[in-house]
Amino acid sequence: MIIMNFVPLEYKLGFSDDIDYHQKVGTGLSEKIVRQISAYKNEPDWMLKFRLRALGYFKNKPVPKWGGDLSKIDYEAITYFLNPVSKKVNSWKELPSKIRDTYEKIGVPEAERDMLAGVEAQYDSSVIYGSIKKKLDEQGVIFTDTDSALRLYPDLFKEYFGTIIPPMDNKFAALNSAFWSGGSFIYIPKGTRVDLPLQAYFRINAKNMGQFERTLIIADEGSTVKYLEGCSAPVYTSDSLHAAVVEIVVKKNATVQYTTIQNWSGNVYNLVTKRSRVEENGTMSWVDCNIGSKLTMKYPSCYLMGKGARGETLSLAIAGKNQHQDVGAKMIHVGAHTSSTAISKSISRGGGRNSYRGLVEVQALAEKSKSKVKCDALILDATSRSDTYPTIKVNRSDTQMEHEATVSKVGADQLFYMQSRGLSQNDAEAMIVNGFAEPIIKTLPMEYALEMNRLIQLEMTGSVG
Amino acid sequence: MLKINHLFVSIEKKEIIKNFSLEINPKELHVLMGPNGSGKSTLGFTLMGHPDYLLNEKSKIVLDGVNITNLNPEERAKIGLFLAFQNPIAVPGVRVVNFLRMAYNQKFKKLNPDTKNSGELGPLEFYQLLLKNAQLLGIPEDFLSRNLNDQFSGGEKKKMEMLAAIILQPKYSILDEPDTGTDIDALKVIAKGVKILQKQGSGVILITHYQRLLKYLKPDEVHVLKEGRLVTSGNNNLIMEIEKEGYQSFN
Repeated sequence: MIIMNFVPLEYKLGFSDDIDYHQKVGTGLSEKIVRQISAYKNEPDWMLKFRLRALGYFKNKPVPKWGGDLSKIDYEAITYFLNPVSKKVNSWKELPSKIRDTYEKIGVPEAERDMLAGVEAQYDSSVIYGSIKKKLDEQGVIFTDTDSALRLYPDLFKEYFGTIIPPMDNKFAALNSAFWSGGSFIYIPKGTRVDLPLQAYFRINAKNMGQFERTLIIADEGSTVKYLEGCSAPVYTSDSLHAAVVEIVVKKNATVQYTTIQNWSGNVYNLVTKRSRVEENGTMSWVDCNIGSKLTMKYPSCYLMGKGARGETLSLAIAGKNQHQDVGAKMIHVGAHTSSTAISKSISRGGGRNSYRGLVEVQALAEKSKSKVKCDALILDATSRSDTYPTIKVNRSDTQMEHEATVSKVGADQLFYMQSRGLSQNDAEAMIVNGFAEPIIKTLPMEYALEMNRLIQLEMTGSVG
Repeated sequence: MLKINHLFVSIEKKEIIKNFSLEINPKELHVLMGPNGSGKSTLGFTLMGHPDYLLNEKSKIVLDGVNITNLNPEERAKIGLFLAFQNPIAVPGVRVVNFLRMAYNQKFKKLNPDTKNSGELGPLEFYQLLLKNAQLLGIPEDFLSRNLNDQFSGGEKKKMEMLAAIILQPKYSILDEPDTGTDIDALKVIAKGVKILQKQGSGVILITHYQRLLKYLKPDEVHVLKEGRLVTSGNNNLIMEIEKEGYQSFN
């Protein structure tokens, strides 16, 4: 037998800056802190009430017993709000050099230089950097941080905020609703195409800091937009919590693609609620890549409301040592002739665990709907684990359903064969993993595809560069 | 010279090869024959450093003066040893061209490259090199973009092993039954591949059961392995003798 000898993963992006935080609310979870946050942000009264109501839901809801182990989170030890700079800046040069360095390490400036329409980079709780191309303004596109959107577009904001994912939806959506800060707000006017992808980077950078960003995208009738987020976080010894909420409204004939490359460090609980409402002939596409974190629970959902609405989820999860990726997709077919596809690929190594948890529900009025679910798992060693928990509820007889699942293992004979040609075990494994992940990676824009390949290489070899 | 000295090989405490010694010079062709289960493939795996096969302390393998007895497979490959597998392993998701380019660059990259020449080849340069050699062996171009040995026929796999050998230009090659499961056309291609390897300077240990490949080649020495022991060595005439009498007479 070949002895699996994984070099412990050194987290390349695991550096932390010694930032003098201008604004920091004390640790813990209380009404006082919620009021403090809301007052600091100078929010309207309805938002304070919304937050307080959500706090109540959070406190009353039990911790979910399914999915991953959530029992070790200490909510009282978390700082609920941090604000590293007091005002927004418009160019990289204006940023404090330490923050700039951090971004350079994760490649944001390059991302901007190259091809991206806008960078909305989040450093801890508030958006401190934003550069948005002039064209977006001309098109009437709104792309801003969610806090600013509440101030600048109060009516539009109130019309949609919390309508796709209400605070009582689940415990962590409630937590986010009570303490949310930052995130992106996007509105695409009717018939508008945004050709370049909009991008944002999120990053947790303070010990025990909870990051509760809140993203809301409204794609009005006939519009098209692609949004990308990439996440990376430094390593800390105690657990961090990331509980985001992403709400997307896809109106008639509109198309939204939301791509995530998530690379939290191994101490982060990543508990995210992502949901879209898709109206007639609209298309929602989630591309969700989860590398890293201690536990991720995330099931991007499409509520296919209108006739002919389409939903798609492509997901890639990599679980290494002490990691559990409990991810999947939910497709709720409400309207007639709706269709959905969920393709999931997972890679388990070094004792890591992947769970695919998915739901396809075809409701009574969803005549002649179609759904396809495909789960492929790759397991690299005997200590790692992969399982699937698909749930299918079909209330019609004219539904076309497909479900497919495969599990493959990297064999000692494959490794020996590749090593005998001069590849190291790590190179050989990275090559197999890259080949397995390729169908998902090739759907990413080139820059993200390159980053993804680099992250996989990093994960597999534990080396830098 | 590849020197194999007093090789004792065991797997799961069972001794498979007993006191096997052999010396082979660059460009020489040595044919290793023997009944099924005599330890021929074990010898190939052992020389390549398969971790399942254990050597006793007397065993020694020296390649051009370098003791490789305790090196891992990738180090042996980089020094210049090659094993063509009897049953090449399928690796879904890994393309032939990407795999061989990585193997090539691992082998030929220089430790201290000057700025102009790192020894490595970029994707396009390597593709040209690979294509040229594939054409030499009559391998269709579309094979280069297919997944490694995945859904290849027996003959296709064997040809691909020869292509890999030629690309990697080993100093010594062990070809484990490259003729098994091939048709007559593929057989000629394999023979051509062996000649190219010799021309490149490689010493070749060819493991085979049959005479049919040897019709096209001129072995320098022929060895018979039986129950893990080298029972006899000779020239081409030995092959005729085996063909007629089988292995019973050798002890």
